[in-house]
Amino acid sequence: MTVNRTTTATLIELDCVTKAYTEGPPALAGLSLGVRPGEAVAVLGPSGSGKSTLLNLIAGLDKPTAGSVIVDGLRIDQLSEAASAKYRRARVGMVFQFFNLLDDLTVLDNVLLPAQLAGMARAKATARGNELLAYLGIDRHAAAYPGRLSGGERQRVAVARALMNRPALLLADEPTGALDTASGADVRQLLTDLNADGQTIVLVTHDVALAEACATRTVELRDGHIVRDDAAVAR
Amino acid sequence: MSALGRVVRGGVTRRKVQTLVMALTALLAVTASVMAAGLLVASNAPFDHAFAEQRGPHLTALFDGSKVTPTQLDATTHGHGVTAAAGPYPVVTIHPETAGSIHSAGDKGIPGGVLPSGIMLGPLTIAGRASTGGAVDDLTMVHGRWATKPDEIVIASDSSLPPALGLHIKATDAPGSPTLTVVGIARSVAKTADAWVTPDEARALASAENPLEFQMLYRFSYAKTDAGISADRRVLAADVPPGALTGTQSYLATKKVADANTAAFVPFIAAFGVLGLVLAVLIIGIVVSGAVGAAIRRIGVLKALGFTPAQVVRAYVAQALLPALIGIALGVLFGNLLAIPVLHGAESTYGTASLAIPLWVNVSVPLLAAVLVAIAAVVPALRAGRLRAAEAITLGGAPKANTHGRRMQRLASRLPLPRAISLGLANPLARPARSAATGGAVLFGAIAMTFAFGLTSTLNNVQHGRDLDSSGQVVVRTESFGPNVPRKASGPQGGPTFISTPQSAPIKADPNAVAAAITAQPGTRAYYGTTDASLAVSGLSSSTDAIAYQGDSSWATHQMIEGHWLTGKGQVVLSSLALQSSGASIGDEITVSNGSRSAQLKVVGEVFDLHDSGIAVFTDTSAFSAIGLTAGADEFYVSLKSGTSVAGYLAGLKPALLSIGGEADPNPENKSDVIETMDALIATLTIMLVAVAGLGVLNAVVLETRDRTHDLGVLKSLGMTPRQTITSVITSVAGIGLLAGVVGVPLGVALHHYVVPIMGHTVATKLPSVDVAVYHAPMLVALVFAGLVIAVAGALLPAGWAAKIRTATALRTE
Repeated sequence: MTVNRTTTATLIELDCVTKAYTEGPPALAGLSLGVRPGEAVAVLGPSGSGKSTLLNLIAGLDKPTAGSVIVDGLRIDQLSEAASAKYRRARVGMVFQFFNLLDDLTVLDNVLLPAQLAGMARAKATARGNELLAYLGIDRHAAAYPGRLSGGERQRVAVARALMNRPALLLADEPTGALDTASGADVRQLLTDLNADGQTIVLVTHDVALAEACATRTVELRDGHIVRDDAAVAR
Repeated sequence: MSALGRVVRGGVTRRKVQTLVMALTALLAVTASVMAAGLLVASNAPFDHAFAEQRGPHLTALFDGSKVTPTQLDATTHGHGVTAAAGPYPVVTIHPETAGSIHSAGDKGIPGGVLPSGIMLGPLTIAGRASTGGAVDDLTMVHGRWATKPDEIVIASDSSLPPALGLHIKATDAPGSPTLTVVGIARSVAKTADAWVTPDEARALASAENPLEFQMLYRFSYAKTDAGISADRRVLAADVPPGALTGTQSYLATKKVADANTAAFVPFIAAFGVLGLVLAVLIIGIVVSGAVGAAIRRIGVLKALGFTPAQVVRAYVAQALLPALIGIALGVLFGNLLAIPVLHGAESTYGTASLAIPLWVNVSVPLLAAVLVAIAAVVPALRAGRLRAAEAITLGGAPKANTHGRRMQRLASRLPLPRAISLGLANPLARPARSAATGGAVLFGAIAMTFAFGLTSTLNNVQHGRDLDSSGQVVVRTESFGPNVPRKASGPQGGPTFISTPQSAPIKADPNAVAAAITAQPGTRAYYGTTDASLAVSGLSSSTDAIAYQGDSSWATHQMIEGHWLTGKGQVVLSSLALQSSGASIGDEITVSNGSRSAQLKVVGEVFDLHDSGIAVFTDTSAFSAIGLTAGADEFYVSLKSGTSVAGYLAGLKPALLSIGGEADPNPENKSDVIETMDALIATLTIMLVAVAGLGVLNAVVLETRDRTHDLGVLKSLGMTPRQTITSVITSVAGIGLLAGVVGVPLGVALHHYVVPIMGHTVATKLPSVDVAVYHAPMLVALVFAGLVIAVAGALLPAGWAAKIRTATALRTE
């Protein structure tokens, strides 16, 4: 499963992005950040530093108060709701801390969702879904419901779902936050392997070990500002 | 503010949509219930109530002004059994025509405009009264004011005149042919006159051809039966000079007609009333218990903070009652306001005085609604209050997937449908109880729509049947009235029926000559003639109205209940009540008699006839000839060729009739006030019931999307567009709506087939099959989809809100 991303142009570009709410200080304050294809960027910082807000802006789940967000040449902050949804289908895969799988759909049906929402034929989507499940080693659970799986297995299902439409970008918000040590290590390795295959990853985490293990670059936020931006040794 | 108060305030203000839905539901439910209950009560003996309110006369008596003096009439007010009296009022009967006027829009939708002059308006009995009030027959002004000057006239609301203020009528047979202007419209429950003028004006309108009479109005201590009234009449006749009493009218005859009209209303008002009340109860229960049920998690949190079960129950009952009470109060107000035009129509239809929603309805309905809201809130609140805090918090989260829901999702995911649709189709089974309640709301809405459609179609067919009674665009009369001729019932709902002594024959043109003139007139497509008489009919105890037909009436027959219309000589068709009363059957022979002469006629059909007493026989003119009656037609009904204008046709026919006698006029519309009022009532009640059903769906979808906020956030994060979100939400109720329509339509049809014959029975007639079998396949299919429409309409708003939920916020929802 190889993703070819060998260009040096930025895939993600945030320029002086601010996200302010009606009360309190802004979640992000004039932040600028660029991510190149093939990078695995870990975003660290204490609670309230703006990590999840940053991810939401990149995913188009929210809009900045000021500044611009460009992903793969597309101005995300100016998209309508419908266009934003189509952007996520086509270019973004998301992995969440608490998996966000739908309990009344089977594992395979969960994985197929992004493709089916994009209008892909069921047969083609099913073939792709089975391929991903096999790649991630959970194809035997295709007909099971997420509630029967372990945390690590559920997160693998979430990763499979995120990769369904071959997104340019994988966003992960605390992917190991709800997992035990062994499952967390499992997911760490998975993300490392994906990045090694060329997948661009931006992950938000408190897990320093995760950041050290799979990130090619670490960015630290505090109070909405970048306070550190290192290139780290990934593996 | 106490902690409990803050919880209640927070619950009401934070859940704005739910609060609004609860208030609106209570408002609509109470409005519909107040209207329905109020109308049911108002339909209970309205004539009796109005008659008592107006101190109506048990007996209206006409006296020959040349044979009795006002002083002698005054003395009759102290006669045996008389408890109250009014009069003597001068009375004269004129035959006016229109005098070309610009008039304002009148009651019953008569548009304002210019009325051409010269249209004969039929005989008008006018009483001279100084005011509306009196010890007996205290009139109700409907529009305008009382006549205070010469040349002013107030017409009865049910007279044959167009009820329009400003209308000019010319009393062509009165001295000086004065023109009178309509300044008011009044209602006499007992129908004592067609119109009123000042006493001096009444005297001025009298002439040798239309002599002055005196009207006295009496109330008696014993007047509950026909025998009692007859006895009172005999005493009265004995108290005045012989021959002075020329005519009397008993209130019991008027009451009978009014009660028949009323009785026809009751079955369908009862049906709608029951539907409305059941739907109101259902929806209040669904909305309130759903709201509290959705707050179980919050209740768990409150208990974890230290609220006792009793405090929790009080909080949630208060949270439900606060918006509901506002809705209930407004519902009482709107119910009374909306009832005004409907009751106004009912007043006109019943011929009664002011109807209003009784106070006890305005008190009991809101009280019951409040109790219902409290019960609907207490039950789930008690259940939640008894749970342990942790259990409530767990139970109150998003619904856990159940076996049926999962099975349905698996099946749906394999359907060749867009994913947003297949996701929506499977949702109802995730919350079967809520889905069933939603389906119940739509079911009642579908039943109401189906029933309303059928009832309206039936009434329209009945109206069409009434139109067949005097068909064609033009009516040509061969008879013109002279003085003191026998007068039969007049007015659209059967007005005064006077027993009087004929003193000279009517002036009559040769019917054959009139028929020839009609035949020769270009534009004539078809016509038939009628004449009527009172005959003795075997099996019937009193003389019976008989109508004889001349010519081809096949294009305008009455609606047949059984058998067929007249096709030749020696045949007779009976109205439903006549057939029942005579004991005859189709195929039997009956005898009609005029004095010593009689004829045998074969019964070939049973017709639908709602006029007057409902007892009538129809035959052809040869039968009249056989028993010595004049067989020539009194009236001809003419149907015009397509493209022929009525005015142009009359302009050609009238000169041809001048030399041979006869009068031709446009055939007035025969619209029934009863049917028009029923149509308006059906529409109003149906709209309300459908709105309540739609609110039930809206509430259910709001709760559903709230439960699924997190899932919706996940789907939106995966790329579900706003349009797909709306599609998914609407699809989740579309299946329920369609199913409710499939079940509701047959139930609505069954309700119609149950109620309509009862309505016919109350007016002592069977209904022709064409008036009952009003549902046809294409319309039934459309009505099934009405359930779908109700469901989708209710889901549109919350679907839009779901599409607008911020994804990031939704993902944080548990």
